[in-house]
Amino acid sequence: MGSEPDTPSTRDLGFVGGLGGGFPAERAALVVYLMAGYPDRETSLAALHAVADAGADVIELGVPFGDPVADGPVIAEAAKVAREGGFGLAETIGLAAEFIASRAAGRHPAPPVALMTYLNPLMRFGLPRAAAALAEAGVAGVIVPDMPPDSAAPWLAATAAAGAPETVFLVAPTSTPERLATVAASASGFVYAVSTTGITGERAELAAGLEAFVARVREATTLPVAVGFGISEPAQAAEVARMADGVVVGSAVVRRQGDPRAVGEFVAALAEAVRSARG
Amino acid sequence: MSDVFLPSAELAYSSPDAKGFFGPYGGTFVPETVVPALAELAEAFEAALDDPSFAEEYTTLLADYVGRPTPLYRADRLAAEVGLGAVYLKREDLTHTGAHKINNTVGQALLARRMGKLRVIAETGAGQHGVATATAAALLGLECVVFMGTEDIRRQSLNVYKMRLLGAEVVPVADGTGTLADAVTAALRHWVERVEDTFYVLGSAVGPHPYPAMVREFQKVIGEETLVQLQGREAPLPDAVVACIGGGSNAIGMFYPFLRDLPAGRRPLLVGAEAAGLGVETDKHGAALTKGSPGVLHGFYSYLLQDDAGNPLEAYSISAGLDYPGVGPEHSYLKDEGLVRYEAVTDAEALDAFALLTRTEGIIPAIESSHALAMLPRLAAELGPEATVVVNVSGRGDKDMDIVREAGLGGE
Repeated sequence: MGSEPDTPSTRDLGFVGGLGGGFPAERAALVVYLMAGYPDRETSLAALHAVADAGADVIELGVPFGDPVADGPVIAEAAKVAREGGFGLAETIGLAAEFIASRAAGRHPAPPVALMTYLNPLMRFGLPRAAAALAEAGVAGVIVPDMPPDSAAPWLAATAAAGAPETVFLVAPTSTPERLATVAASASGFVYAVSTTGITGERAELAAGLEAFVARVREATTLPVAVGFGISEPAQAAEVARMADGVVVGSAVVRRQGDPRAVGEFVAALAEAVRSARG
Repeated sequence: MSDVFLPSAELAYSSPDAKGFFGPYGGTFVPETVVPALAELAEAFEAALDDPSFAEEYTTLLADYVGRPTPLYRADRLAAEVGLGAVYLKREDLTHTGAHKINNTVGQALLARRMGKLRVIAETGAGQHGVATATAAALLGLECVVFMGTEDIRRQSLNVYKMRLLGAEVVPVADGTGTLADAVTAALRHWVERVEDTFYVLGSAVGPHPYPAMVREFQKVIGEETLVQLQGREAPLPDAVVACIGGGSNAIGMFYPFLRDLPAGRRPLLVGAEAAGLGVETDKHGAALTKGSPGVLHGFYSYLLQDDAGNPLEAYSISAGLDYPGVGPEHSYLKDEGLVRYEAVTDAEALDAFALLTRTEGIIPAIESSHALAMLPRLAAELGPEATVVVNVSGRGDKDMDIVREAGLGGE
């Protein structure tokens, strides 16, 4: 926050506290997912700014990958388009760095940014090199859907050495109490609760038993708990905001990502719904 | 069974470790949603192995239903043609449904029933695993859904028809290249959604733990029978043993007993034949071990065909069973340790071997198995005219008639 505009240092970008800084105490946070490089670099950068201006508390930036096994058709198709435009992990880190630096130089710092990437792009890049590059770019966290905490030791060692970013792990309705404890022991930033078994994508209704599931996760961790997968419109976001610390909206945003103004309007509506949910 | 060679056999070769790692390869890299299901599966698998009634039911089905043991046939006309002393063919093509895949699907379907999961899903490339899964599901009264790429559906329409006859639902997968890798992804996605009532019958020695170890367990009968059948022949141990490698299940089934039961000094040369497609110098091949580098795909760490950004590359082979960009993690380990040698065989070499076996012995092999047969001339040049080689004929070629006809074999 207090850095000199012309030379933004990653240590002074306003979220030195990490992803947790995006979670206000008095209400749920709005976590918005965008696909890097979709439909092209310039438009995705404009979408990042639009989303930040519209009130996103945390931004998840997706890294395009060729085998998005946890993602539904909207995000998979966006990843394909972005990859055809030459986007991968290196380009995504570059985009994030530019976005974070330009916000820091302006009046409104960027909300904390977490990269959502599959494991293999990190491995191919080199885990220590990836952690260092993310730290340097000011990226606050990563979410790696195919890296459960039991398999994360090499990555966690790399981020410990680099001093950042935080690593968010996922829990699912199928998670046993032992699994919740394992995730809680490894996670930092927040815990990502997958609302339903299955892949990302918009759904008409929230999963039955979601509230009880979220309560179970909350008992297992002191970190904020954000709920994602299947949240497609403001009323659902408000409903989730009443039970969780964060609401993640992905496919419904990416579907509008080609038009940054439409993204901004949609995210503003989501933000309004989340902010008034507990009112 | 084959402990005639080395009574304290387990010391010779022991992998994977408790978390499913073969050296650095393997492991569990999957969405959290399926982690509990994999743990449950590993536990149920271990319990089944400790239960004599499971083994009895499995071995009875292998004998009476699958038709085991399969013959070890001495192919003298083939040996003379390629310039070797003796060639033995392990006839997995003579199993019920015509390929080694049935050994595994019967085992996994029994396990599914034992776990109370009455719905099974599978991926398939050439369709052999799909047919074998649909067959085992019909046998045990399980609901069955098979995911298959649209390109493979085109190449293997007869197998699609068979699966439907057997009562399975075949779900076309149009993503990507419409081949095996896309079918695996679709099956994994579906499993993530329906994990609570569904058992995923994985067809090769790939995937997250415990699949590679479990598939090996259900395929090791190939090598165990071979070791016993070699007794009483002129040479109790051959100079080389060859199998083709896509994911690598028939190969690990053949190699594992040799690795486990024989000290290194007495082990034959073990050779895995990958798909070189149009040539490993082109971008049209499936040779993950020869040309790939380690990475994570489909839940495990192994050699993988990938681009600079870590995206899996499209694999290609004339054979739908071998065009997979990854390979089973145990094979990556065996390569690095120098315990198995891996070579790549082109489409053209495989077609030549297909024609040769057909004409010299009256055996029509699968185009996959033809990649293993294509190693024979190379081994003759290396090992000399007295050498004895065992080839695993993993499946029969009925399914490949359209492909070999398109390639110009047997023209009028």
